[in-house]
Amino acid sequence: MEEIILQAKGIQKYFHDPVDVPVLKDINFKINKGEFTSVVGKSGCGKSTLLYILSTMDTDYQGELYIDNVLMSGKKEAELAAVRNEKIGFVFQFHYLLYEFTVLRNVMLPGLKLGKYSEKEVEHRAMERLKRLNIDQLALKMANQLSGGEKQRVAIARALINDPDIIMGDEPTGNLDKKNSEIVFDIFNQLTEESNQTMLIVTHDMEFAAKSRRTIVMEDGKIIKQ
Amino acid sequence: MNNKLIVNIAISLLLARLKQTVVAAVGVTFSIMMFITLLGFMNGLNDMLDGLILNRTPHVRLYNDIKPEPNQAINRVKELKNTYHFINRIKSSGSRKEIYNSLAIMHAIQQDPRVLGLAPKINAPVFFNDGSIEITGVINGVDVEAENKLFFFNDYVTKGNSADLKTISNSIILGKGLAEKLLANIGDVVSITTSQGERFSLKVVGYFQSGLMDLDKVQSFASINTTQKILGKGNQYITDIQVKLKDIKQAPAIAKEYGQLYGCDAEDIQTANSQFETGSSVRSIISYAVGITLLIVAGFGIYNILNMMIFEKMESIAILKATGFSGKDVKRVFMFIALSIGFFGGLAGLFFGFVLSSVVDNIPFNTAALPTITTFPVNYNLFFYIIGFVFSLITTYFAGYFPSKKAGKVDPVVIIRGK
Ligand SMILES: Nc1ncnc2c1ncn2[C@@H]1O[C@H](COP(=O)(O)OP(=O)(O)OP(=O)(O)O)[C@@H](O)[C@H]1O
Ligand SMILES: [Mg+2]
Repeated sequence: MEEIILQAKGIQKYFHDPVDVPVLKDINFKINKGEFTSVVGKSGCGKSTLLYILSTMDTDYQGELYIDNVLMSGKKEAELAAVRNEKIGFVFQFHYLLYEFTVLRNVMLPGLKLGKYSEKEVEHRAMERLKRLNIDQLALKMANQLSGGEKQRVAIARALINDPDIIMGDEPTGNLDKKNSEIVFDIFNQLTEESNQTMLIVTHDMEFAAKSRRTIVMEDGKIIKQ
Repeated sequence: MNNKLIVNIAISLLLARLKQTVVAAVGVTFSIMMFITLLGFMNGLNDMLDGLILNRTPHVRLYNDIKPEPNQAINRVKELKNTYHFINRIKSSGSRKEIYNSLAIMHAIQQDPRVLGLAPKINAPVFFNDGSIEITGVINGVDVEAENKLFFFNDYVTKGNSADLKTISNSIILGKGLAEKLLANIGDVVSITTSQGERFSLKVVGYFQSGLMDLDKVQSFASINTTQKILGKGNQYITDIQVKLKDIKQAPAIAKEYGQLYGCDAEDIQTANSQFETGSSVRSIISYAVGITLLIVAGFGIYNILNMMIFEKMESIAILKATGFSGKDVKRVFMFIALSIGFFGGLAGLFFGFVLSSVVDNIPFNTAALPTITTFPVNYNLFFYIIGFVFSLITTYFAGYFPSKKAGKVDPVVIIRGK
């Protein structure tokens, strides 16, 4: 029996600027554990908007969102922050590393916030993930001294630190050249295959989408194929 | 774990902007330094001026004033009860300047637990004779030991020794101004005439300098015994009982009580010297006002720097929130930055305030009016340091509060979408 990790029920969103514009219209879908799903669609069709809602960062919507079978809609800000910390890993188009910290520390931060492991253990886990992404030799560099591709890999390591239920990405390869895009895709693929990691990735890269196991196609705020 | 992490993040942000944070902290340091120095100096001045008058004034003074006789003969006429009387036939009487039954009163007051000590005194107006000139003056008959203990008499005896009053018979300590007028050196003999016309010769054993020029031109001191002898009175004769209390604030109440109890006039220090209190509090208010103004200016500096820092760190805040830090966590990071600026800035301010105070304390300050003062007076009251430190924390708290709240409210979606 498939285990559902994320479920959207009748999600709708309006922007009120300056008149009410519907951006998402009645979105329904489920994501099972271990699935590698990509979301594609024309620019402006609402992919990012949907991802922000699914990631619990945007709470201004109608409908219901379940993560790990728990209803997220209506929870308090601090509770949602805790859910994001424990269950969701993020990779954005831009890496958003903190330049005040070393690579290692950047990866460790969400782990330290979770507080499940001691600092030593978190450090060890961070090193493991950096090794897996082949950037362990950069661990003690400051985050601003890395190349774009390296930074994106650090961001992936950071997303993995707490063994999240699901990794969400908004065009994680959008800023990368072909070679680096392939590296990132291979990493994602490897994570699904070897660690049964669930992925939900928004992308414009049709090659990338074609390689993923499942593709959700959006148009004009609706899912037209899943 | 969470606290440690928050502190860790705050310190990293702070170190990354070290120059700005140091500038903000220097603002706090400067204002606390000025606050401490100003308050110390102003209160040093207050203490000095208080010492000049208040230390040397009894908290409660018992005496018999010369008063018009309240029971005029005309009062006894019943028919004129509701009219205004112009006729005061019976004159004021000075015959009873003496405090009646003084030994018993002094004994009773000594037993009062609210009393620190008392010193008897005789006020004897005399003429000092210098050739054909007569100079009016006053001999204060004092108990030297009590006077030293309670009113620091010896501090004001600039030449000679106050104890000589007791050991050398018929001796006198002259006010500096008076001695200059009489051309009297120590060891000289001055002659005086009492209001009753008796003549006496007294040996000068010292000079007295109170700091109040007018006082020093008329005052002189002799022992109680000598004064009683000059006036031709018995050894019970006392005109004033000066009482020093443990708590100066009780003076008005106790003065009233003693006045009724012992049937004489009683004056409290607050009534006698009300203008000095006003001067002291005005000086304190000025120093607090200046200190707080400086701190508020420093507070705006902190406010600006935090706002700038938050503006620069929008993306970092967004990612912290995206990866599971709550608004409250972010708020605490920036509050911690603000408060550590206040804490270290304030601490440095206390230190430099102390240093600057010591510098002021060593600046020579000589004035003929103040024989005991050689440098600027400074008060090192611990209370000012505590207040200064608390103020620096409060100011930085408020300066940090609004920027931190803003940081806590940053919407990560808006920031991430904007990239
Ligand atoms: N704050 C906003 N106010 C009003 N309209 C908005 C706002 N943010 C986005 N939109 C609109 O919502 C629609 C969906 O935007 P969204 O960013 O989700 O598109 P997208 O599918 O991610 O596009 P792209 O592939 O270019 O990233 C767009 O038409 C956009 O103009
Ligand atoms: Mg988008």
